Amino acid sequence: MSTLTVSVVTPDGPVLEEDFNMVSAKAESGELGILPGHIPMVAPLTISAVRLKGDGDSRRIAVSGGFLEVRPDKVTILAQSAELPSDIDVERARKAKERAERRLKEKQDDIDFRRAELALKRAMNRLDVYNNNF
Amino acid sequence: MASLREIKGRISSTKKTKQITKAMQMVSASKLNRAEENAKSFVPYSEKIQEVVASIAQGGGDASHPMLEEREVKRRGYVIVTSDRGLAGAYNASILRKAYQDIWNNHTSADEYRIIAIGRIGRDFFRKRNMAVDKEITGVADQPDFEDIKELASETVDLFTEEDIDELYVYYSHYVSAITQEVKKTKVLPLNDISAEQATKSSSASYEYEPNQEEILSVLLPQYAESLIYGALIDSKASEHAARMTAMKSATDNADDLIDDLSLTYNRARQAAITQEITEIVGGASALE
Repeated sequence: MSTLTVSVVTPDGPVLEEDFNMVSAKAESGELGILPGHIPMVAPLTISAVRLKGDGDSRRIAVSGGFLEVRPDKVTILAQSAELPSDIDVERARKAKERAERRLKEKQDDIDFRRAELALKRAMNRLDVYNNNF
Repeated sequence: MASLREIKGRISSTKKTKQITKAMQMVSASKLNRAEENAKSFVPYSEKIQEVVASIAQGGGDASHPMLEEREVKRRGYVIVTSDRGLAGAYNASILRKAYQDIWNNHTSADEYRIIAIGRIGRDFFRKRNMAVDKEITGVADQPDFEDIKELASETVDLFTEEDIDELYVYYSHYVSAITQEVKKTKVLPLNDISAEQATKSSSASYEYEPNQEEILSVLLPQYAESLIYGALIDSKASEHAARMTAMKSATDNADDLIDDLSLTYNRARQAAITQEITEIVGGASALE
């Protein structure tokens, strides 16, 4: 079976570069499943988990936005942060979640509200990926 | 001539200073290594993002985004990257001199510019001159993560989107080698020259856009602009460590020279004292005879 090379790149350096059979990700326009031989494509991602399926094993990565570039034999994910479950700082994510929830309750002006909402999403995404909640 | 005791005191205090500068030199050298690695690991990200932006700009003529278009400049934003601590030779001074001159020459009133300061030295410099610092971040780690400055970067990019500023420049120190760093001024926004420069060398892949080009540009461009600010920061950090290493190396060398000179003076003074004592004894003895 043919494979796709998946590389995940962040400003802090490459996170992962391996071969997989399938990539499924949540783009802004909906769920995407990518198999080898896909036409070249670019799509923005939501704050979500990207799932990579290989022979027998599958991996999840928590991405915070960014986008996905697809070529027939290669998928590149460019995100401002991307973490494998083993790299997630659970304590920090939990604290970030509490902080964001508190801010949302206080309901300040719109910008802060939106920012807190995004922070909450990122924190929950990290926790979900860590706890394998899907 | 200073007394023996005085010279001895100066020698030992110079020795202590030398120990400190030597230690700082070694610390900076190891930090420089890591900063260089950080700068290297950032390269694939920025290259890829440039490639995609360029291929969008090249592929479809109808793709447009406010960040790609030049507009009349009413107010300019300056991001100025300096360090938190001194003792790095001319590192901070040369960045600040250039930025200060440019601001001074291009603007007549404080309403025409906004200053965003990364680093304590830069912030204090502008405050002291009564120039408002609109955003600031201090205490950035020696090996910064993107997370550390993400908020500042996205707020800065927002200033442009909200049309509070119409151009954004970054002043930082570019790391050339361990002994050379140069002050650089880079235009971050608008990104009107990225397409021409990159289009030629990017691969000819034509992409499908999901959902469409505008949507993608609106995600991609802010992310790209933020990454440019981060890129400037890590480049600056490498320069900072290099500058500090060089400055501390010359401080250590100077201390060595000083110690040599002082030891010579000390030995001379000691010898003179002994000679004098002998002369006195001999004089005393011959007086008794």
